[in-house]
Amino acid sequence: MNLQKTVKSTEFYVALIILLLCMVIQMKSGQFFTGNNLVDIVRAFSVPAMFCIGEMFVIITGGVDVSFPAIASLSMFVVCSQLEDVAANPLPYFLVAMLIGLAVGILNGVIIAHFKFPALIVTLGTSSICFGIMQGVFKSREYPLCAPLKEFGEMNLFSATNPVSGLTSNMPVGVVLMIVLVFFGWFILNRTMLGRGIYAIGGDVKAAQRAGFNVFGILVFIYAFSGCMAGLIGVLRSTMLLAVHPNNLEGMEMTVIAACVLGGVRMTGGKGSVLGAMLGMALLIIVDNSLILLGISTIWKKVFIGAIIIIGTAASAIEVKRNERKLAIKMNEGGK
Amino acid sequence: MDVIKNAINKDKNLAQLLVVFLMVFVLCTALKGSMFLSVSNLQSMGKQFPEFGLLAIAMAFTLFTAGIDLSVVAIANLCAVLMAKLLTILIVPDMSSSAVFMMIAAACLMAFIVSVLCGALNGFLIGVVGITPILATLGTQALYTGFAIVITNGSTLGGLPKQLSATVNSGVMGIPVPLIIFAVFAAIAAFIISKTTLGYKLRMLGTSAKASTFSGFDNVRLFVTNYVLSAVFSAAAGIIMLGRFNSAKADYGASYLMQAILIAVLGGINPYGGKGNISGVIVATIIVQMVSSWLNMYEDISNFYRQIIWGGLLIFVLIYNYVANEREKKQAMKG
Repeated sequence: MNLQKTVKSTEFYVALIILLLCMVIQMKSGQFFTGNNLVDIVRAFSVPAMFCIGEMFVIITGGVDVSFPAIASLSMFVVCSQLEDVAANPLPYFLVAMLIGLAVGILNGVIIAHFKFPALIVTLGTSSICFGIMQGVFKSREYPLCAPLKEFGEMNLFSATNPVSGLTSNMPVGVVLMIVLVFFGWFILNRTMLGRGIYAIGGDVKAAQRAGFNVFGILVFIYAFSGCMAGLIGVLRSTMLLAVHPNNLEGMEMTVIAACVLGGVRMTGGKGSVLGAMLGMALLIIVDNSLILLGISTIWKKVFIGAIIIIGTAASAIEVKRNERKLAIKMNEGGK
Repeated sequence: MDVIKNAINKDKNLAQLLVVFLMVFVLCTALKGSMFLSVSNLQSMGKQFPEFGLLAIAMAFTLFTAGIDLSVVAIANLCAVLMAKLLTILIVPDMSSSAVFMMIAAACLMAFIVSVLCGALNGFLIGVVGITPILATLGTQALYTGFAIVITNGSTLGGLPKQLSATVNSGVMGIPVPLIIFAVFAAIAAFIISKTTLGYKLRMLGTSAKASTFSGFDNVRLFVTNYVLSAVFSAAAGIIMLGRFNSAKADYGASYLMQAILIAVLGGINPYGGKGNISGVIVATIIVQMVSSWLNMYEDISNFYRQIIWGGLLIFVLIYNYVANEREKKQAMKG
């Protein structure tokens, strides 16, 4: 019974597709399962995957947050350009960035939860404000990374060298943060009352309210969480790139939303798992990184990503329709 | 007096917008009078707003049906890129001027055909397959931009015939050509939404898809028509952009997407569907252009401050409309 359930789940299909894709790439290039390629993929995976956790919470409640790249960029740039010589260790930088992110996130959450506006439009607005503040008030530009953060960024867990090409890739320490955050996300969703509340709101707000969930509080929490994490991830990103690129994250929201949905997080709310979102992101990152290994020019990248999003979302939409029809038939039969 | 009162009651939203319009106009004139009212400034304003105004109307169509079209800018760019590619292939050095115009017309026709196909795909994914509009158009946005990148190889396409940019940048009796194109398309949009059964049905669909089905409307067809209309207006914006920049690139006008949503919402289109009209969007477009031209006149204000203003304005307008609605509801309850 449990096996049957697993085989039918979105996560299973996505995992299967990833496996097939990896096999094909390996057969074609012989370069996929090499140490440095895998490290490169994990490296590229870590930042968007962390964004996925916050975004996932939001999507499960039936909203969407497109402001996190702006929040991350703003807090990263402010921290790196204004606090240059304040501290000798990286911790204060992360904390201040998280506070900035938290503030914007709370703003998002309060507006969305109080007025019940479409989350997309509100977060588009705050996103525009954040980018505006970063570019206008702080006059953002490429900026060198300050010493403590640079040191943090240069720390590696281990490095892998490809014996054939001689290329070396380093596993950054930030990956540990990713693992912690992913576990944290899983824990909240599956082991706490808060997680139950998040799912309940996505299923039916009114029912959640009657069941005694503090809908306003939970909504504010998830947007605040998403913003706070965005601040953290922004600084982390700059340590991974070893420089401050203020516009580097623009457009990331689309990839993250697509990954969540590909992994079975339902856009209308109430459904989704951390594992699914991670698998969805892994699929997108592997396609993104491996087209060259397959001998396809990188100019086709966007076409492939678009096609994957459309096919993935179409599959789940058709699935939903089929289930609804089944349900309707069952109900009719029950009525007789 | 009664006439004015009736007009205000008939369309409160438009009346409000006109008041805002007047206020902004007076403010701009008072602060930067000679510069703001100069013919050259008015003309350059008339050249600038049609492209994002058309995109805002395209967005408005989809907001009517409680959807959203994130692919408007991508469609505009794809059409512009295809036109540029086609024109550089079709036009040989010593072609007569009239033949060149024929080619340009043919390229425009092709752009519209492509946009119909793009819109039909959006409509199909939303209406038939049942993907939520945000996701479907998110996917097609990547897809269309992707095609544009493949066609241009990621670079800028230039080498266009002089006639195209000359036409778009010229004017008839001082009125810039883009403004004329905008006026024609805006009139068509306003006509469709407020005077035809199609517009009525779209509004019904936006109010409640279920009610629309039970009223015997063909929802799938309405969705497809809706997104095709949106795509055609985007293509028109793309043609103007092609002429104005005299080149095409896959990622021109990235900031227009946000601006299009802002203008549509500012213009009184309810993002939950069913409410608003095109005249509001047109007035909102002009307000946004006035503010942005006015800000441009201060050299020490960075362009980026506009983003803060747009974002803040978007949220402010949402809250304002909400409060106004609540008050109306309360009054209705009392009455």
